[in-house]
Amino acid sequence: MTEQRRPNILITGAAGALAQQVINRLRETCDLVAVDFREQVYLGDDIPSYCIDFNKRVFEDLFRRYKFDGVIHLGRINSSQLTRMRRYNANVLGTQKLLDLSHKYGIRRVLVLSTYHVYGAIAYNPALIDEEAPLKGANLSMDLLDSVELENLANIYLWRYPELNITILRPCNIVGPGVRNSISTLLGSHRAPVLAGFSPMMQFIHIDDMADAIVLAYGKSTRGIFNVAPEDWVAYQRALELCGCKKITIPSIPPVVPRMILRAIKLRSFPSYLMQFFKYPVVIDGRAFAREFNFRPKRPLKEIFRYYRENKNPV
Amino acid sequence: MSLGSFLKSKLVPPALDEQISRIRKPIGSLGYDPWGYNSEAIKLGFSLTRQIYQKYFRVVADGVEKIPADGPVLIIANHSGQLPLDGLLIGYTLAARKDNPRMPRAMIERFFPTVPYLGNLLNEVGAVLGDPINCAKMLANGEAVIVFPEGVRGSGKLYQDRYQLKRFGNGFMHLAMKYHAPIIPVGVVGCEETIPAIANIKPLAKLLGVPYVPVALPVILPAKVHLNFGDPMYFDDLEIPEEQVTERVEQVKAAISELIDKGLSERKRLF
Repeated sequence: MTEQRRPNILITGAAGALAQQVINRLRETCDLVAVDFREQVYLGDDIPSYCIDFNKRVFEDLFRRYKFDGVIHLGRINSSQLTRMRRYNANVLGTQKLLDLSHKYGIRRVLVLSTYHVYGAIAYNPALIDEEAPLKGANLSMDLLDSVELENLANIYLWRYPELNITILRPCNIVGPGVRNSISTLLGSHRAPVLAGFSPMMQFIHIDDMADAIVLAYGKSTRGIFNVAPEDWVAYQRALELCGCKKITIPSIPPVVPRMILRAIKLRSFPSYLMQFFKYPVVIDGRAFAREFNFRPKRPLKEIFRYYRENKNPV
Repeated sequence: MSLGSFLKSKLVPPALDEQISRIRKPIGSLGYDPWGYNSEAIKLGFSLTRQIYQKYFRVVADGVEKIPADGPVLIIANHSGQLPLDGLLIGYTLAARKDNPRMPRAMIERFFPTVPYLGNLLNEVGAVLGDPINCAKMLANGEAVIVFPEGVRGSGKLYQDRYQLKRFGNGFMHLAMKYHAPIIPVGVVGCEETIPAIANIKPLAKLLGVPYVPVALPVILPAKVHLNFGDPMYFDDLEIPEEQVTERVEQVKAAISELIDKGLSERKRLF
């Protein structure tokens, strides 16, 4: 009698808090291999972990050795990290390499984590943006170009190689313990900048809920693009109040003034190219994902903000 | 105590607080909806508008009970008076009606979100960027939506053109048909006299990136406002050519025109 083989899954971005949550949820039922371009993380004796650049040839050896069934690509570098060129190489060219190898080695399920930033924060954005909406993020700043390009690339592979079963997730702001993105840093700080007279609506998803969403999505081979966001909303400045942050007001008009100030102070958590996201809302509609994958977030906004209020400057 | 809660304690008596809280709205756990409506800000807005409505413009409203108690509905009115006061007054009339009050949403000009403070403030009291996707999603949510199909053509018109309806866009009719939303025509009389403008400085408007810069007195005059709500108009969702959609829009325009005439004949004096 042969024992049924456990699925082999490659998880990228393993050093991130989200990947580790996903790994914890899948390690009981799947054989996992973790990779990260930043550092090698120890995830226990049962999970091989590598520090590897996708653009290097040795990356292919992993596919030869482990015979993956699926890939969960969480290794997108945030727009506040590295230089624009390095980000482009990792996010766009690295993802292309990953998808090429996935096709070559007959992988049957690929999940790509994108971001709601691809929609772009424009004054004329309607609320509850659908997945079909145009991606205007690249128009805002060259620094968001790699995020949009990564999506375009994944989209091309989605239609060209349907057998890869690619699903692209566009989550709203992922926050919670361990998250190191710009919005989480802001909520966790004592003081946070705001643009005078602007408090756009925002959506936040707890890292545990997002990890649940990824595991749910991986388990059902529905191809396509999905927004991931709970049906709850809050204005940015109200969120800061609830997190116990003191607001530092930056003049907002004419637009060149805040851009100059932000460029001068070079805050990693409030970069000038993300300025529009603190000015105009990008409210996405996550109902299609919730319906398709039977997803229901469990952690309310109040719980998320309580965490930040009680843990200033979290890790 | 924050400024908001201080103002609320001074301006919003508990009875009014309870009255507004009874109006059901699809909002999230912190009192916001996706368009920025805020259940606390609306109480302040309601309380302030009540003063303006009753004491400054001394609004006389007729037929507000014709708006259905629930479900999607489009409230279509003539636009006038440089500032969106007409939307505010129509909204208050429906929110303050005795039986089945509703908090309607007003579609506003596209430049408002770019104005600091004002854009957010308008969103918090229910105003929404005038985008067809917003309107469609709100009708799908069963909201009552106020639309001024004339847009800036109406609000920016000069005093010499008062009570002349400008071209109506067809977008609202398509949405009414798609979402089976009845249309309530409204004739607004009085807002034309609140900020009478004699000219529009177009080059300055272009420079500032605003729809118009009126030459007018820097005050809002206390004109008496008459609001006349018409009977609901129902339109089927058959696939029809744009020409026939325009004919339907003209029917709504004619109904509004009649209601304006009714308001003008009822009006005894300007102020």
